Amino acid sequence: MFEQPLLQVKNVTKKYGAGCQKCMSYCSTKLIKNYCSTCRTVYACRNVSFDLYTGEILGIVGESGSGKSTLMQCLYFDVEPSSGIMYFDHPGLKEKNLFHLSAQQKRLIRHKKFGMVYQNPIHGLKMHYSAISNIGEKLIAAGDRNVAKMESIGNMLLREVEIPVFRSKEKPLHFSGGMQQRVQIAKALSNNPPILFLDEITTGLDLSVQANVLDLIKNIQMEYGVSMIVVSHDLAVIRMLADRTLVMLDGEVIEEGLTDQILEDPQHLYTQQLVYSLI
Amino acid sequence: MKLTKHFAYFDEGAKKEIRRATLKAVAIPGYQVPFASREVPIGRGWGTGGLQITLSLIGKKDVLKVIDQGSDESVNAVSIKKLVQSTTGVGCTDQTSAATIIQSRHRIPEVPLTKEQVIVLQVPEPEPLRSIEKSEHKTKTLHAEEDYSGAWLQLFEQIMMFGRTTTNANHPVIVNDRYVMAPSPIPRFDNEKLHQSEALILLGAGREKKIYAVPPYTSVRSLAFDDYAFLVENFKGKTCRLCGAEDVFLDELVNETTKETEYQCNDTSYCLERLNNETTEEVGEYV
Repeated sequence: MFEQPLLQVKNVTKKYGAGCQKCMSYCSTKLIKNYCSTCRTVYACRNVSFDLYTGEILGIVGESGSGKSTLMQCLYFDVEPSSGIMYFDHPGLKEKNLFHLSAQQKRLIRHKKFGMVYQNPIHGLKMHYSAISNIGEKLIAAGDRNVAKMESIGNMLLREVEIPVFRSKEKPLHFSGGMQQRVQIAKALSNNPPILFLDEITTGLDLSVQANVLDLIKNIQMEYGVSMIVVSHDLAVIRMLADRTLVMLDGEVIEEGLTDQILEDPQHLYTQQLVYSLI
Repeated sequence: MKLTKHFAYFDEGAKKEIRRATLKAVAIPGYQVPFASREVPIGRGWGTGGLQITLSLIGKKDVLKVIDQGSDESVNAVSIKKLVQSTTGVGCTDQTSAATIIQSRHRIPEVPLTKEQVIVLQVPEPEPLRSIEKSEHKTKTLHAEEDYSGAWLQLFEQIMMFGRTTTNANHPVIVNDRYVMAPSPIPRFDNEKLHQSEALILLGAGREKKIYAVPPYTSVRSLAFDDYAFLVENFKGKTCRLCGAEDVFLDELVNETTKETEYQCNDTSYCLERLNNETTEEVGEYV
């Protein structure tokens, strides 16, 4: 008996544009990178499929514009995919394609079951509300109406991500980039979500802060057994965090496997290039 | 009075359109119905939404009362009364119980309203989520999906920063357990009068082109967290310096000569009525 994946993603496609006969029928071959020169459709993600198991960290690497972030936005319901299926192993949601749920149901799953850390904290935080309120927002959205409880959860999480309690009522606007990122992580964790999406969380942070954030992520995984999808173009981050890795190029998954395997013995030409260009 | 122009200022098409929006608003309590806000001879933001509802609603037998922050005699209230009177010829009154239509800016009268009455509130900003979300398209989606975390977040932030909610007026309410609504900037004191009100409550925002309503006997709850109850303004131990009324919304005034803080009924017609009754008791009915 095999273990049931927590999240199953099948053939997620996101195209910007209508698509034409030419690019629909010979999808990958007739495109310039991921762009159809006839109908000017951009294929941001093409037939992306993968499984995510409980407690696992899945890495996604690829160059800029390879569709990593679009994929994450599709999974977190920020963007509606053009086609595709997502199954979530949860009582009441079995065998239901999450993409076909009502917007209201999607919102609830997003607030209760998923956590997202964006590359840019502006997308994940309300910069003019205090750090503690930012964490409270996700709890409120999930239906919590008890201030004392939310405040204690918020303070506990801020301590966890090493933000001093005396700064909890300050606006993230006044925080450094690394601190903002850690507030985002605290916010994403507030509902004990089984799945976390991390989109380029260490990009733009200096090395020591990067190490802190990565340490934190690793701890969270070990402590709470959260499944994570980590998007990064930094192979060092992937090497440190991910158990399995997907390599994306021009919206397609070109290689997948154990992280060590991909880094030590890359098969696809692009992956080889990527791995050997590592300084 | 013989009128040479359309009854109630507007042409029939305009009144019909406003009535349709109003009917829809009554059918969906708390939902903001867009309407084509007409030009009226007062500036946008000076009660044009309320005025348009009043004009579309008023009939020859109606009696109108207009109040502005509790006062029947402020310039704005008087101008609106004059406009309606000159275009319809209906009677006006200061007495709350005598009126059939009450147009009000930011107060609900102290005298309980009856099912024969309609109160029309003027609204500057009908969208309770506007300070959280600038885009109208997005706030509409939030209403449709019943995602009101933004409205709650504002209250949560106030509690975090100041230890209590700091809304003075316009404390958001949830109507019929569905739509979160801005009750127009009435003081928190008046929020409770919205709940299971006998009178029909219509709210009009002329500048923002929205009409919404609370039908009679509808549940209206003020947003409050489990452990932070909704509190109204507290006037315990304070009474009106003129009529001695308690349990009403009081204005705080500083007596310029004695430099002492005094309190006075905000609802002037209520105060006057009490004073008149007192005099009648003392002097007897004038024959």
